[in-house]
Amino acid sequence: MQTYLIRRLLALIPTLFFASIIVFSVIRLIPGDIIDLMLSENDFGASDRETRAQITEALGLHEPIYVQYLVWAKKLVLHGDLGNSLWQDTPVIDDIKARLPYTLELGALGLFFALVIAIPIGIYSAIHQETLGDHVGRTISILGLSIPSFWLGTMVVIMPAIWWGWSTPTGAVPFLDDPIRNLQVFLTPSLILGLALSAVTMRMTRTMMLEVLRQDYIRTAWAKGLKERVIILRHAMKNALIPVITLIGLFVPILIGGTVIIEQIFTIPGIGQLLLESVSARDYPVITGIFLVVGLIVIATNLVVDLCYGFLDPKVRYDD
Amino acid sequence: MTEATASAQGLAKTSRPRSLVLEFLGRLFREKPLGAFGAIIFLILLLTGIFADFIATEGFNVIHPLDKLKPPGGEYTYFDADFNKQTGTYLLGSDQLGRDVFSRIVYGARISVIIAFSATTLSIIISLTLGLMAGFFGGRIDMASQRFVDAWMSFPDLIILIVAVSILGPGMWQVILVLGLLYGIAGSRIVRGAVLSTRENMYVHAAQTIGASTPRILLRHILPNIMAPVIVLFTTRLAAVILAESGLSFLGLGIPPPAPSWGGMLSIEGKSYMFLAPWLAILPGVALTIVVYGINMFGDALRDLLDPRLRGGGGRYGGGKPRNKRRT
Repeated sequence: MQTYLIRRLLALIPTLFFASIIVFSVIRLIPGDIIDLMLSENDFGASDRETRAQITEALGLHEPIYVQYLVWAKKLVLHGDLGNSLWQDTPVIDDIKARLPYTLELGALGLFFALVIAIPIGIYSAIHQETLGDHVGRTISILGLSIPSFWLGTMVVIMPAIWWGWSTPTGAVPFLDDPIRNLQVFLTPSLILGLALSAVTMRMTRTMMLEVLRQDYIRTAWAKGLKERVIILRHAMKNALIPVITLIGLFVPILIGGTVIIEQIFTIPGIGQLLLESVSARDYPVITGIFLVVGLIVIATNLVVDLCYGFLDPKVRYDD
Repeated sequence: MTEATASAQGLAKTSRPRSLVLEFLGRLFREKPLGAFGAIIFLILLLTGIFADFIATEGFNVIHPLDKLKPPGGEYTYFDADFNKQTGTYLLGSDQLGRDVFSRIVYGARISVIIAFSATTLSIIISLTLGLMAGFFGGRIDMASQRFVDAWMSFPDLIILIVAVSILGPGMWQVILVLGLLYGIAGSRIVRGAVLSTRENMYVHAAQTIGASTPRILLRHILPNIMAPVIVLFTTRLAAVILAESGLSFLGLGIPPPAPSWGGMLSIEGKSYMFLAPWLAILPGVALTIVVYGINMFGDALRDLLDPRLRGGGGRYGGGKPRNKRRT
């Protein structure tokens, strides 16, 4: 286990390196020079060479790109410094820290709803294979996969307002300030976020349950005269859900991507909103920072999920 | 009777590829009625896209200033070429500029078709190139490219898309390029996996032994044998591309107006007028859902019929990570 952990961590290094290269180089390709924007904002003509040179130097943009990368990486690794926002001059890491909790909460609740909706239906579908209930469940599952979340979100905002004059509460507050208000605001967005993922989870649960239910030890359990409930919940479900755990790791990027749209519809001030804001302002350090933080979260959760996998499934050995 | 059978057999022999397709279609309709239903939806989308000019009652950007926000079935008046007053109905209503929503949705189908096919084709080409190289040559190339793909895949699709489109600017070819690249790199995993297992077949070793060149082995021996997962990948990607494009357009980063992208229609017209004219938000979403649903159903059926190994789950023994299913 220990050697596996070390190997996994070592394998992370090239991945992290490539990730940082992707982030850094992709972001620097953004056209629409920040200096032009700043100059026009402050009523300087774009021809004002001296001011331009000063700003370029102050921002460190005059160095060759690999030097810029090394400066950036050094700051990042040594001080956890993602640079300052080009506009507000506030540390990027602070901006992200302020917004991240909303996105993480949205993602976690979305994941929770995905599992809570999907697993019971998936199990039901597997037990009642090829019955009406199974077909309905599977059809709904593919439907859930096909409805764009931005459309569903818009509908959920519009329809109740038209029919009953009721709309989803907005105005997110931090969880610790006002938990009830916070959950009220997050309930609908996270349900919508979870719905799309529940489709995949449900199919996975169903497939795995079907496979497990055909195995010998389940037949033995039946032969022993155990109750159906015990067989399903205690014997089959435990094994069937192991691959579903893996899905969670794959969901993390989808969840974070999905929150961009959901945050936009429900005006939740999370990372997604920050990203859209900084993209339109061409605020490179903020975009870079968000990119990097999101990438790190995904890489870290995948590592944790892989380790959990070995913990849950004794058949998986890490020694060899 | 016997003659007829004999001639039918002769026919089947001479036109073997066609009979394979027919046989496949037969299986699709017999074994997977829902998949066949999805295939029909897909076909309708294709035909609507191709023949948009004939189906739409007018251009996607014809403005009737007097007929703003007419509900579906609402009447309108117009003057024909001879300046005679005529009346008609908006099948699906009109938008805030008085444009016919039905025509816009029909032209929206064309945009979806163009983007879906070009981006998916581009992505498959990229996937095949990367996947064949990494899978067949292995070693350092494989190691480096896989770490790169790892890094690439640790960024959410939508976030890569937003940043990339903001670099290139909104527009049709930008969206195609970015989506193609995004799904191409991600899909190379699936191709690589298929190549890895095909590479070990005896006939590949045999071909190597008799001195066949590497391109020949790749193109004549390996490529045909990984077509099943590639076809499934192609279909599922079509749906993903359509969804991604509409999501981008919804955020205002995809196809710029006045082009009638379904996602953009939902965002610009739909969100601003959602209480006055809810159909503007409802209809493009319905179109989108039906199309993606159809393609997903079709893709699902294809997966089952063509490639039992991809049928979901973590492989037969439950131990393998379902990496392949990542971006489908």
